[in-house]
Amino acid sequence: MNVLVYLVPIALALGALGLAAFLWALKSGQFDDLDGAAWRAISDDDLPENKR
Amino acid sequence: MTEAQDLSHFVRRPAEGVAAMDLVVDGVYCGACIVTIEKGLVRQAGVRGARVNLASKRVTVEWNEGALDPPVILERLEALGYPAYPFAADTVDSVEIEAERRLLRCLGVAAFGAMNVMLLSISLWAGADRDPNSATRDLFHWLSALVALPTAAYAGLPFFESAAKALRARSVNMDVPITLGVVLALAMSMLQTLAHERVAYFDSALMLMMFLLAGRYLDQRMRRRTRDFAVNLSAIRADRAIKLFEGGEARETPIGAIRPGDIVLVRPGERIAVDGTIEDGRSEIDQSLVTGETAPIAVSPGAEVYAGTLNLTGALRVRVRSAASGTLLDEVNGLLERAVEQRSSYVRLADRAARLYVPVVHVTALATFVGWLAFGAGWQQALLVAITVLIITCPCALGLAVPAVQTVAAGALFRHGLILNSGEALERLAEADTVVFDKTGTLTRPRPVLANAADIDPADLALAGALALVSRHPLARAIAEASGAKEPIAAEESSGEGVEALWKGESVRLGSVAWCGAEAEAAPVAAAWPDASLIALRRAERAAVFTVRQELRPDAGAAVADIARSHPVEILSGDREPAVAFVARELGVARFEAGMKPADKISRLKALAEAGRRPLMVGDGLNDAPALAAAHVSISPISAAYIAQAQADAVFLGERLMPVADALRISAKARRLMVENLWLSAAYNMVAVPLAVLGFVTPLIAALAMSGSSILVTLNALRARDVRRKGR
Repeated sequence: MNVLVYLVPIALALGALGLAAFLWALKSGQFDDLDGAAWRAISDDDLPENKR
Repeated sequence: MTEAQDLSHFVRRPAEGVAAMDLVVDGVYCGACIVTIEKGLVRQAGVRGARVNLASKRVTVEWNEGALDPPVILERLEALGYPAYPFAADTVDSVEIEAERRLLRCLGVAAFGAMNVMLLSISLWAGADRDPNSATRDLFHWLSALVALPTAAYAGLPFFESAAKALRARSVNMDVPITLGVVLALAMSMLQTLAHERVAYFDSALMLMMFLLAGRYLDQRMRRRTRDFAVNLSAIRADRAIKLFEGGEARETPIGAIRPGDIVLVRPGERIAVDGTIEDGRSEIDQSLVTGETAPIAVSPGAEVYAGTLNLTGALRVRVRSAASGTLLDEVNGLLERAVEQRSSYVRLADRAARLYVPVVHVTALATFVGWLAFGAGWQQALLVAITVLIITCPCALGLAVPAVQTVAAGALFRHGLILNSGEALERLAEADTVVFDKTGTLTRPRPVLANAADIDPADLALAGALALVSRHPLARAIAEASGAKEPIAAEESSGEGVEALWKGESVRLGSVAWCGAEAEAAPVAAAWPDASLIALRRAERAAVFTVRQELRPDAGAAVADIARSHPVEILSGDREPAVAFVARELGVARFEAGMKPADKISRLKALAEAGRRPLMVGDGLNDAPALAAAHVSISPISAAYIAQAQADAVFLGERLMPVADALRISAKARRLMVENLWLSAAYNMVAVPLAVLGFVTPLIAALAMSGSSILVTLNALRARDVRRKGR
């Protein structure tokens, strides 16, 4: 059972990392416009002209 | 519009040297629009950045202060093909946005906690709790507590606060049993852990919170969406006026920035945007949007004019009035206040369920505790079972039952061209059992059209069209449109009568029947078209009579027939009897009343209510506003007067009337699903509660039952998506 000593902290840390990522995304406004984000993903305007 | 615009009212200053403005943009639907707008705006010199929000159809523009004149941005957007309308975000908006974000944050935290505690719980259920020496089990319980307690303290705040507020006001709401359940479950689990016992409910408490927060979040998002839409709507339809500054300068100004005592200029053919008194000028006013009466009335200096009416023939200078002192508006406002008071007593389905639910749950838990004591169990065990009952009955599915259906149904309504102004509107709409229509602007199109083009000699029509181009009168516009005329004839307009010209050596007139001396020709036409306004064309040897009428919406017949299959239909109109009778006959509506004042409409609705009916009022005019507020539920077209729209529970878009019929169908189905969902959660309780009372429920069963019932009601809610018309 000694494996728990580091497995449990790893599990909790990974969970906390996910939560931190979610809170950061929320704070930076990523959930403000769900419809627009879907379209922005497929916009290729950031590529140079010859690669489109 | 050539006047310069005064937009200072809308400009914000987010940082030093930076100015910003929020605009509602019409016609943004896809990624291409986002790119076009953002790139197009950034190319404008001085603009720092632009960001489109597709979900709320808004764009925020920032520019270096002083680098450009705000109206340039509107022109730029117009040139890109997207008419834009500035709006000032108010504090209510930011409060709602903050509430929504907070719920999402709590939901994220609760989900994190529930996930990690579940990780530990599942290993316990899998066998770790049967470990003969309890060290592992105790460790896992302590770890669960370590995660669960802070998570609950944070994510539970929305419930705790609301419960405390309710208790302070000496009442109970749904949050009281939730708070009680969560706190007791956590406290009991802590005691169990300290006593090295086997059973702890950390996972149940967190999962419960997660499901309830999901329901709350959906509810809040729906509120915010409907509000966003209402704000967009008022920005788009507002409502600008030409303000005359001292020194004679005229500037187009948003209504929000106009103060009582200002003078505004209203040109012929424009809608009057303010209430006020005429200072200067003579004209005719079309009050059909206000009173439903289609015949224009003559006004002169000193007369009162109302927002929403149409100025027909002459330019007017109007002094803006502060308090409404006009007879019509006074009457409307008074009626409105009373009607709104009466309606606020409506109790939503979920609240009605909660009122039943709270006492039953608490009594059951108490009875369980007393029962186990009576049958000889120790008080600790009795308390444990009683708390299990509280946990298992906690309204997980109940909290999701209504918001999930609402969210799905609101989406379905939107796809059918109808937008809700409030969340409870859906429930009230489903209860409607009688439909009352206003005529002008609701059953008919908002603008009049030429009706008898087929009976007119094409040469006469072309001539009349060319003459009509000269005038701004809306009846003349209808003729010009129908004739397709492009080149006006040099003609003279005499106010209130018509236009006159010398055309190829022939003296011709287009205008009122009397002025053109066409009474003889007009008589048979008037008999055939009793609801139309007549315009005559006088030529040297003959006259032609045109009928311009409020044409029915293209699918009015089909929509009314569709509604009439399930709901009795009535028409209440402020217009003249023959006009209303004609429309009623055409639509096959047997019950109609004409010449009704706002108070008459309300008394008819009251009579319906007293007869046990729940009327849906569909109307658009200022005169309908009190009736819209007094009806059990109400719908307005998007072209309605602002005050009417503000009172309506829902707004339908476009020319067609079918959204009203669709709304009745979708809301009926949504309501059925809500009730079904409430029964599903009740059925779940009926199975789970006896088990809990008898002490058979373990944490594993509690977790399965809770998530099972929540998923079931959510899946059931998704059925509100597809609603098909009968006969298709």
